[in-house]
Amino acid sequence: MTAALRNLSLALLIVWLVLPLLPLAVWSVAKSWFFPDLLPSVWSLDGWAHVASPRSGVLAALWETTLIAGLVTALAILIGLPAARALGMHRFRGKAGVEMLILAPILVPGLAYALGLHSVFIGLGLTNSRAGVVIVHLIPTLPYMILVLAGVFANLSPDMEAQARSLGASPLRVFRHVTLPAIRPGLIVGATFAFLVSWSQYVLTLLIGGGRVETLPLLLFSYATSGRNDLTGAIGMIYILPGVLILLFASRHLTGQGAGLGGVRP
Amino acid sequence: MSDRRKIVLMLVPALIVLGGLFLGGLGIGLARSLNWMPVIGLTEPNLDAYRAVLTDPDFLWSFALSFHIAFTSTLLSLVIAIAAALMIRRTGRGGALVRFLFQLNLTVPHLVGAIGILYLFSQSGSFARLGYQVGLIDRPADFPALVFDPAAIGIILQYVWKEVPFIGVILLAQMQTIGADYESAARSLGATRWQAFRHVLLPMILPGALAASIIVFAFAFGAYEIPALLGQNHPAALPVLAWRSYTDVDLAARPQAMAMAMVIAAMSLVLILAYLRAARGRIGGRR
Repeated sequence: MTAALRNLSLALLIVWLVLPLLPLAVWSVAKSWFFPDLLPSVWSLDGWAHVASPRSGVLAALWETTLIAGLVTALAILIGLPAARALGMHRFRGKAGVEMLILAPILVPGLAYALGLHSVFIGLGLTNSRAGVVIVHLIPTLPYMILVLAGVFANLSPDMEAQARSLGASPLRVFRHVTLPAIRPGLIVGATFAFLVSWSQYVLTLLIGGGRVETLPLLLFSYATSGRNDLTGAIGMIYILPGVLILLFASRHLTGQGAGLGGVRP
Repeated sequence: MSDRRKIVLMLVPALIVLGGLFLGGLGIGLARSLNWMPVIGLTEPNLDAYRAVLTDPDFLWSFALSFHIAFTSTLLSLVIAIAAALMIRRTGRGGALVRFLFQLNLTVPHLVGAIGILYLFSQSGSFARLGYQVGLIDRPADFPALVFDPAAIGIILQYVWKEVPFIGVILLAQMQTIGADYESAARSLGATRWQAFRHVLLPMILPGALAASIIVFAFAFGAYEIPALLGQNHPAALPVLAWRSYTDVDLAARPQAMAMAMVIAAMSLVLILAYLRAARGRIGGRR
């Protein structure tokens, strides 16, 4: 392939990857934009004004989504950290089975297990509640946390901790001053994955939250299907913001190239 | 405390979530799909729901549609991702910007991409308008139906948009690890550029590419919101059909919804086994 052709294909590819975000951005500042106009005939900030007003429910949904993703991330660290350590630093019988169980939710779609869970959650009073949504979000987030941290622990030498202990440090101090600094980069990557995976959940929230726990994607879907394009565009911009900020930050600090976010799913 | 007990304690919280909730959810789905619910007196499991589902043409159409969506999206994403990774790995000047833009949509939720595809490709969307401006079409109806269409083109466009960077970034990381030495050696021994790619680089990146493709296939086969937004009404993608049966006012349809969930789960089980095989041969894979 000649260099010119290569550059052209690459440029086309990059344009294609950014393109679907453009109409959303334009709609967020448009009032009327009818066929066959390439640009809106009337521009306006109404969509954004509506976002800021309590009636649209956008700010409440933004808070709900952030709170849920934050809680899920914290719980995923608490639950995932010890498991990742066991997998990364120890050999034990049944390890292959445990690893398969941890991998499985990455490949099994939410709907496959959530329909069964829903009927139990009804009995437990966990449907239509934030707590139920947080619990069910743990299923797709935990595998990423554990896989990332297990990789970090596998490269961590137990000698450092043993030395600190032999010098009289308590287990808590060993964790705080030896283990934590060593695993911090992995912890940040794992927490980022967990936050973004929870942030982008749709069907689990819809089913377990029963429409009562209104997160941004639920609101976005309902505005998109009801034809409020200006508001859809504005919510869309808000909804992608954390991910884009994280990517900007990651490309500068974590790996130098941003490849550290390669596994972000779904 | 013995090492063994310590390991068990460290694993228990995660096993409660993944064993209890994840496997539990699947297990209850299985029981209900078999009409087996001892709590309400249904103690005789049967295959009625599966019989009803597997003989229902709607289900078979939906299964075929979802398979087509997943297969076509995965194949296109993989081929484009390999080409993209080969181009991007050599970018010199402006490389950082290209890499950043290439990865931009990794963190963008699928739903946002689906809405963007809707605005671009619907019959009154951006491309239809462009077609009108250059005189290709006279009215929206002249523009080909690319969303809500029988061939699921809109859905596939969305998945390809989203998954090319996903596979591409994994391939780029692999290529970086492998380095250029093997290809240089092949080239110095007289291999053409294509031969060096086909017989040296490709076999080395294939296991990782395959593992990533399996993740993409599993997701595209089982995701709900994208076909719910971009798909035609009938036949609908399998997850949409399962959702409709589950939320049907007729509660008798629920075992059938569960049976469809089990079909999706069975497909994932096949993919998990395939993934484990692929990941074993992966370069830089753990252990």
